[in-house]
Amino acid sequence: MLKILKYSFYDLSRSRWSYIYFLFYLLLGVTLLFLNNDLSGAVITLMNVIIILIPLIGTIFGVMYYYNSKEFTELLLAQPVKRSSIFIGQYLGVAISLSASLVLGLGIPFAAYGLFESGVIWNFTVLLITGVFLTFIFTALAFNIALSNENKIKGFGYAVLLWLFLAVIYDGLFLLALVYFQEYPLDKFSLLATIFNPIDLSRILILLELDISALLSYTGAVFKKFLGTSLGALISFGMLSLWVILPVWRISAKAKKKDF
Amino acid sequence: MVTIENLHKKFGSNVVLDGVDLTIKKGSILAVLGPNGSGKTTLIKSILGMVVPNKGTITINETSISKDWKYRQEIDYLPQIANFPGNLNVKELIKMIKDLRNKPAKDDELITFFKLEPFLNKKLSTLSGGTKQKVNLVLTFMFDSPFVILDEPTSGLDPISLIRLKELINAEKAKGKTILITSHIMSFVEEIAEGVIFILEGKIYFNGSVQELKTKTGQTDFEHAIANILSENHA
Repeated sequence: MLKILKYSFYDLSRSRWSYIYFLFYLLLGVTLLFLNNDLSGAVITLMNVIIILIPLIGTIFGVMYYYNSKEFTELLLAQPVKRSSIFIGQYLGVAISLSASLVLGLGIPFAAYGLFESGVIWNFTVLLITGVFLTFIFTALAFNIALSNENKIKGFGYAVLLWLFLAVIYDGLFLLALVYFQEYPLDKFSLLATIFNPIDLSRILILLELDISALLSYTGAVFKKFLGTSLGALISFGMLSLWVILPVWRISAKAKKKDF
Repeated sequence: MVTIENLHKKFGSNVVLDGVDLTIKKGSILAVLGPNGSGKTTLIKSILGMVVPNKGTITINETSISKDWKYRQEIDYLPQIANFPGNLNVKELIKMIKDLRNKPAKDDELITFFKLEPFLNKKLSTLSGGTKQKVNLVLTFMFDSPFVILDEPTSGLDPISLIRLKELINAEKAKGKTILITSHIMSFVEEIAEGVIFILEGKIYFNGSVQELKTKTGQTDFEHAIANILSENHA
């Protein structure tokens, strides 16, 4: 598997898109810091960008890479390599290279700005950790979609739909439900609904870390009570890990049964 | 030795292999023939584990290949359509496959044999079909595995390369390797193969030598014998 990972990584490191993605974060970091001059403000703006953008890039890039490396995959399948390691290796190649673009692209300007002397370093770290989690989650979901769809257009369509659903529609439905059932106690429901969407979960995690949960209005207190504790943090990160583990498990299960 | 028992494969509702039984003896050269879409490539891909059969077993040297992958170490496979990652050059591709296999390879010898030196630093996406096929042949023959599978090895080759390919196959034959070939060029098959199997609608219709096929169909010419089977069954 390490060899496949090595070649996927090598392949991606020659791709223009990894650099564009890296440069985008670099530029974003630099502009935010040197125009804003406020480290914690920059972290909040970054969160809003990251929470929407990472899932989008993760899904699109994952689906694109899978379809583009079809020839490579076919070549590997005839070699003495385990099937699941081919796909898991490629998945890790994409996810790690995207995460590296994120961490380096944002890390460099922040480090240059003097992050290590400031108090927001922990906030920034949580931001990056959730960013990496989101990359791994959405790349895995993208690989799942691509593995199940031979047709590229269909695959891309489902991938965009998945992103749209989790990033936008889910929140809309969630809000509607909150308004519709507002006479009932909703704290447990909103807690559960948040946990089942990785984007929402990441957003809440970062907001709690930034200690601006007052923004979350009446459910904010519940979140603070639950997710603010160390047990809550543990559960949320456990949930994020589960969002990685389950799709990855399905990649290897699906890959074993597929015909090429 | 390869044993295939009662192999079934469906793609959706399309039955491709419908109960194939076959034994390939060690050191034999077997040609798999059949019209387009008869299941030749599916049979080969099942042996390689690229296609998962619905039913049936395949054993290589007395061990079942299902859920195994290490046995591919002993197989050299030439795919029908040479699909290579377009952003690599020939040298990088050969190096990569060598690295993946981790076996001694005689790639330099084969590159000279097929006169591929001028193309070594060219991207695979820029190569012509015939040159790609030559790269394909180098990748296949550079490891000395005891079992060789060639799916349409002649496609896109010029006459000189075709002669070289025949030399190469004969050299491999002399080493006592088991070789499985599919081809639509009957003169090539007649020259190379010892045994012939003919697949029709997912079943083995004929299994024997070229001579036996001629006698069975009452034709003196191999090409006509094959055409005879086809027209009889499609009339």
